[in-house]
Amino acid sequence: MSKVNLSFPEVQIREIRINSITGYQGDAQELVEASYSGLKDKERTFSQCLGCATSKAACMTVLIQDAAVISHGPVGCASCLHEFAFTYRVNSPLRGVVKPTPRRIFSTNLKEKDTVYGGMTKLANTIREVYERTRANAIFVLTTCAAGIIGDDVESVCDEAEEELGIPVVAIFCEGFRSKVWTTGFDAAYHGIARKLIQPPRQRRDDMINVINFWGSDVFAEWFAAFGAKPNYITPYSTVNGLKYASEAAATVQACSTLGSYLGAVLEQEFGVPEIPAAPPYGIAQTDRWFRALGKVLGKEEIAENLIAEKKRKYLPKIEALREKLSGKTAYVTAGAAHGHALLDILGELGLKTVGAAIFHHDPVYDSGRKENDQLAQRVSDYGNVPNFNVCNKQEFELVNALNRIRPDVLLARHGGMTLWGAKLGIPSLLVGDEHYSMGYEGLVNYGERLLEVIENDEFVKNLEKHAINPYTQWWLNQPPHYFLKGGTGV
Amino acid sequence: MSLSGMIEQERFTCAIGALQSVVAIPRAVPILHSGPGCGEMIAGFFERSTGYAGGTTSPCTNFTEKEVVFGGINRLRDIIRNTYKVLDTDLQVVLTGCTAGIVGDDVDSLVSEFAEEGKPIVSVETAGFKANNYEAHSLVVNAIIDQYVDLFVAENAPRSSKNTVNLLASIPYQDPFWKGNLFEYKRLLAGLGLKANILFGPYSGGVKEWQTIPTANFNILVSPWYGKPIADHLKTKYGQEYTWFRHVPIGANETEAFLYQVLDFALTQGAEIDEKAARAFIQHESKAYYEEIDNLATFLLEFRYGLPNHVHILHDAGYVVGLSRFLLHEVGIVPKEQFITDATPEKFQEDIRAELKATSQKREIPVYFEPDAGRAQEILRGIHHNGRGLIIGSGWDKELAKEKNYDFLSAAVPSPYRLVMTTNYVGFTGGLRVIEDIYHLVLSTYA
Ligand code: SF4
Repeated sequence: MSKVNLSFPEVQIREIRINSITGYQGDAQELVEASYSGLKDKERTFSQCLGCATSKAACMTVLIQDAAVISHGPVGCASCLHEFAFTYRVNSPLRGVVKPTPRRIFSTNLKEKDTVYGGMTKLANTIREVYERTRANAIFVLTTCAAGIIGDDVESVCDEAEEELGIPVVAIFCEGFRSKVWTTGFDAAYHGIARKLIQPPRQRRDDMINVINFWGSDVFAEWFAAFGAKPNYITPYSTVNGLKYASEAAATVQACSTLGSYLGAVLEQEFGVPEIPAAPPYGIAQTDRWFRALGKVLGKEEIAENLIAEKKRKYLPKIEALREKLSGKTAYVTAGAAHGHALLDILGELGLKTVGAAIFHHDPVYDSGRKENDQLAQRVSDYGNVPNFNVCNKQEFELVNALNRIRPDVLLARHGGMTLWGAKLGIPSLLVGDEHYSMGYEGLVNYGERLLEVIENDEFVKNLEKHAINPYTQWWLNQPPHYFLKGGTGV
Repeated sequence: MSLSGMIEQERFTCAIGALQSVVAIPRAVPILHSGPGCGEMIAGFFERSTGYAGGTTSPCTNFTEKEVVFGGINRLRDIIRNTYKVLDTDLQVVLTGCTAGIVGDDVDSLVSEFAEEGKPIVSVETAGFKANNYEAHSLVVNAIIDQYVDLFVAENAPRSSKNTVNLLASIPYQDPFWKGNLFEYKRLLAGLGLKANILFGPYSGGVKEWQTIPTANFNILVSPWYGKPIADHLKTKYGQEYTWFRHVPIGANETEAFLYQVLDFALTQGAEIDEKAARAFIQHESKAYYEEIDNLATFLLEFRYGLPNHVHILHDAGYVVGLSRFLLHEVGIVPKEQFITDATPEKFQEDIRAELKATSQKREIPVYFEPDAGRAQEILRGIHHNGRGLIIGSGWDKELAKEKNYDFLSAAVPSPYRLVMTTNYVGFTGGLRVIEDIYHLVLSTYA
């Protein structure tokens, strides 16, 4: 179990805190076994553009309804954040937000002279002006590489501003170079939120359950209603006040353990909110376990059993019918860690044959330290091993190589840009952005139907394949995918 | 500008954003010596902009703490060497980010090692705090000219080709219509008898075309301010004079002005042009254009259910001036307060004001230079005019338009609410397209 320590302004990075790795080639079972016995990361001698912790921290703060976000750096470090303004707009109806408001996203716009003289005055002035312009209920300040290297004391500037303005001004340390695992950006955001926003509980509310999630559809409301509780979705679409009292919830669940590992642990260790000891509900076996664990934490085991029975009555026949149609089809998965494991669960449940996976990174043990949260371990024990399991650090060249040799019937992806290569190779490819869509028993039906549709509707990818542009050399496509990974043949 | 110099609602990005100018060269690859997220930030800013080897295909050293402390040059050496094995490309441009810039890696020396082996490789410093992407576009192009194009100058004698010109206009991806615009410029200039190197996009000739840059007799700069360092550089380097048209020519008036300016200049530069045929070409294009306007005029004059009568534009200076002139003179929509969001350097602002002023004898068009577009929106929020209004801007402005109950046309980046592929706004046809887009929006608000 990682020890949460809120007295430091910066979160400990994932590779140190929970020994996360970004390079691995083998099969899933070996990885699961190695996870508990000192897994070692491997470097690559070729690499492509990755992702930035700063944008991960941004997506957990920009969507907080009444907050403003400042990127402390050159304009470039905030330039993709408009995408979260779009997401906020588009998904508002899923969360019943009747009057979505413009997102307030700023950059301190650091220039060369600031790298010489420091950017602290600029930051202080920016915070003041942002407050005047937005009257936000909280301001988040995200750090960037430039701010980090020049050594601005962002924490003190924020503390002073907080005092002056009387609202929380939260420093979040998420500069891109700090961690090799960009999901450290989520942890960084949560760390700041926990330090500055979340208050000690005034009471314990048995009618509220925290859901750490992105911006998916509201499936939890119906499930929790049976237990007499409501979801408190954090942090997207929450409010500053809603976050303050997340500490009073009866329990915390996660939509994705990669996302919420740290916040779940913080809420438990610092504020006494138990995280339910079960990986998210993907696949029948895991959904059973999840509802039971939830029932137990809430002291409502019987309700859980009734709910499971009722839902199974309703959905099992449909799942069985889908299984018949899908069984024997081969599939390949590429996704961030835990949600990738979730997709592997779904495939296992629906009877597809998983022929490989390119998973961005791997967290051997989550912050809770509980084995029950290890979704990959569950997957292996519920549905068997996964061959060609590659921890790929989102390296497209490895994915293209693997896909080209494995040629599955269908590619499932979770992050933008990754389906393209399936399609270019003529492989029907599916990306479902809403990670709640495939949860629970009903989720298997949803996802199964989408899968069938995608496999069936392959004329588009077959045509694209004929005209696909491919910048990769033939030489590369003939090498093993882990050629440039330490220990591989090309290093 | 705010006191702090902060920017809300970014409409341009930092220097490394000019990696898109590399992506726009067929079969070229940007190699980033930067933090792990810079590529994602740029890809996310422009969206749908990966081209041949941009986005997640681009090699990157992905700086970690280790490279920040010990320098990243060895890592870069590995990445470059292996890029040749993994990717099949014609030109490699190494761009540095903030981390490399502050750490002070000697990228130039490393890259010249590869260049000495005969690799078509170029390095350029694009640390985000040094410049924005409007400025860095010129840095990238000039670096390619100095470190790559110049290697071929023996076979491409300066100014040896009387009717060839280099066209410096739209910045790839920053101008959402760059592909269509460059193609339209090329077509129009061909009509005058000139062969234009457009350098970017599928209708350019890739690196082969770049190699012929020195041969051009003269250059054409279409821009309010950005890109000028390229024209100046080529003038010093290869003795090419240039003619400068300062806004985006949209519609008949401005396109004719542009083409006649180029024609006159070409003649003074000794281009071998059939002047009569060139003039006939312009007239013919113009006639085709006015046939459409003629058809449309009844609609513009008589449509009884309400059409926009005034417009606010939030864009770069070239579009603000070009669209204002076009909409006022050729469509009848009056430009009210305008907002130039491209961080125009101060020394160019006066000329741009003068251009806008010259648009009309009868009215002032107030203009704000405001890279902090959130501030621009604040100003706009407080402005009221009678009649139905139109806002032309980036995706950020959609919500404001809704709030003000204005029509909204997305024509600047970032543009999540509109897909643009090969549409052009430049030229006679570009003007017609602007009209189509505006009235398509307006008409789709009925029923
Ligand atoms: S990696 Fe660093 S410099 Fe690049 S976008 Fe992220 S914070 Fe900015």
